Amino acid sequence: MRVVAREGPRVVLAVLGVAVVVWLVIKAAQGGSTFLQVTLNGITLAALYFVVAAGFTLIFGLMRVVNMAHGSLYLFGGYLAYVAQTHWYSGGTSQFQLGPTNNIGVMGFFVPLVFATFVIGLVGLGIQQLFLRWNQGQDLRQALITIAISVIFADQMIAHYGGVVESIQAPTSWPSSILIGSFRYPFFRVVVVLGAALLIGLLLFLLIRRTLFGMIVRAGVDDRAMLSALGVNVQLVFAGAFFIGAMLAGLAGVLGGTMISVGPGLDTQFLLDALIVVIIGGMGSLPGAAIGALALGLVQSYSTIYLHFGSVNLTNYGILASFVLVIAVLAVRPLGLFGRPA
Amino acid sequence: MAVAAERTETAEPILRLRGVGRRFGGLQAVDGVDLEIRPGERRALLGPNGAGKTTLFNLIAGEFPPTAGTIELFGEDVTETPARLRARLGMARTYQQSRVFVGLSVEDNIYLSVLGVQTGHVFPLRSAKRDAPLRAKARAAAAEVGLGGRLDSLVGELSHGERRQLAIGMARAAEPRLMMLDEPAAGLSRGERQILTELLLALPSDVTLLLIEHDMDVALRVAQWVTMMHDGRVVAEGTPAEIRANQTVHDLYLGSRYYDE
Repeated sequence: MRVVAREGPRVVLAVLGVAVVVWLVIKAAQGGSTFLQVTLNGITLAALYFVVAAGFTLIFGLMRVVNMAHGSLYLFGGYLAYVAQTHWYSGGTSQFQLGPTNNIGVMGFFVPLVFATFVIGLVGLGIQQLFLRWNQGQDLRQALITIAISVIFADQMIAHYGGVVESIQAPTSWPSSILIGSFRYPFFRVVVVLGAALLIGLLLFLLIRRTLFGMIVRAGVDDRAMLSALGVNVQLVFAGAFFIGAMLAGLAGVLGGTMISVGPGLDTQFLLDALIVVIIGGMGSLPGAAIGALALGLVQSYSTIYLHFGSVNLTNYGILASFVLVIAVLAVRPLGLFGRPA
Repeated sequence: MAVAAERTETAEPILRLRGVGRRFGGLQAVDGVDLEIRPGERRALLGPNGAGKTTLFNLIAGEFPPTAGTIELFGEDVTETPARLRARLGMARTYQQSRVFVGLSVEDNIYLSVLGVQTGHVFPLRSAKRDAPLRAKARAAAAEVGLGGRLDSLVGELSHGERRQLAIGMARAAEPRLMMLDEPAAGLSRGERQILTELLLALPSDVTLLLIEHDMDVALRVAQWVTMMHDGRVVAEGTPAEIRANQTVHDLYLGSRYYDE
């Protein structure tokens, strides 16, 4: 009986998983190019989620800090790049008045991107040094502090940037879409965002697995106090990791602000997405963040299109599919796919 | 450093505690401890569970500051110095539970220990593999504790006894002048304990050793001088023979096993 009780959820989930796959295969057979488009939507969204979640999970893995202001850093990064672009390259006089030229060169995209990424890294570093450093090991206090910071950031951003949804312009010289098989797909999504995510994944892998900094980070994930007792300056490593993690949030904000938009509310949305990704993948695991992002992106993409059953339209409930995913993963692996006990 | 070395030659204490105390809320874990340890000494710290031995270790290592008294290490007042800077002065320690990095290889563990005491080590993008002199030191230290054949094994795959050996290897690799071992024999088999004792007896004579150990065979064979603690205080000090003969010690700790002998 006990074996049955333990295996029960797994059997149910396996049946559910098989049903989802069969259903997707049927959908794929029905409309080939639509299915491919929806899949690409999911993968490119996943790429964006990965960049956000990689920073989140790096910070958590090393410092056990759940940075609830990560979404704010994401959105602030988007706004910074947007304002930099309108002021420096679009001849705009304020963030609400675009200038006469709307011709954005390659530099007009990359300079704001690098600027915003770097500044957000510094903002994150400031938050860590000012508010988190003296609270090490006090998870609840750190969560509350970062929630407070995120609330303040959200209001300040509405006050400064207004409630209008904007978007950052990709360079005018880049094509807006490319031909994939039988349909056209946005160039920025599939080439730039996906390419950036793959590049960042590779760079982070090399940083963590091949460099001394990465070795110290991995050791710190195992035991921070021991690392300190060996004479390693753990505070310096923490600061570096927080800087990198925040930079990734800022970079994702710029990519997301170009791919989708920048506007109020996206901070909490992306914080939630990052949380789901790392819960699925396992807190602190980089491969986990990649798999989790892929799962979440695909589930969100499929559920907003395919939750039709005859005349019953459930696409409005698509958001719930993300949580079904979380429940399903946690029922089988309570620490996430790649999670390890602390 | 030069000053510290000079003091070593004149046999000034390498470690001096004056009236050190530590209170955790209502619990006085360590109370008014005076302790002097001379260079090259082999000192054992004994006492029943809850006597404050590990707390005293943590105070010396700098995990947390004392609530009373001062700590001098190599002639410097380190009462407020953080743990990592004390490590750089030439102090290494192990923990009751072997604290090693399970996600790294044996060699990388020891390498980090060698590296930790160097200044300017967090050069972020240097390759972790190319550091020949420090790597060689790490491999030598691994061989010294009998792990020379397991350099590339993940520490997660090691047995309990091997992790103990690794912890000592890590402490050794930093080439400390003062080594502090917290119950190195805990949980080891008889054979492993024998290996450990020989390992400790083979330490170079310029290395000072401070040892917490419940296993009397290990502690009294290795130590030249014993400090007995009870309820946060030092209750007796002496040679192993004197400690064996001390009535207070019998009552507190050694029990009938040694009484009968």
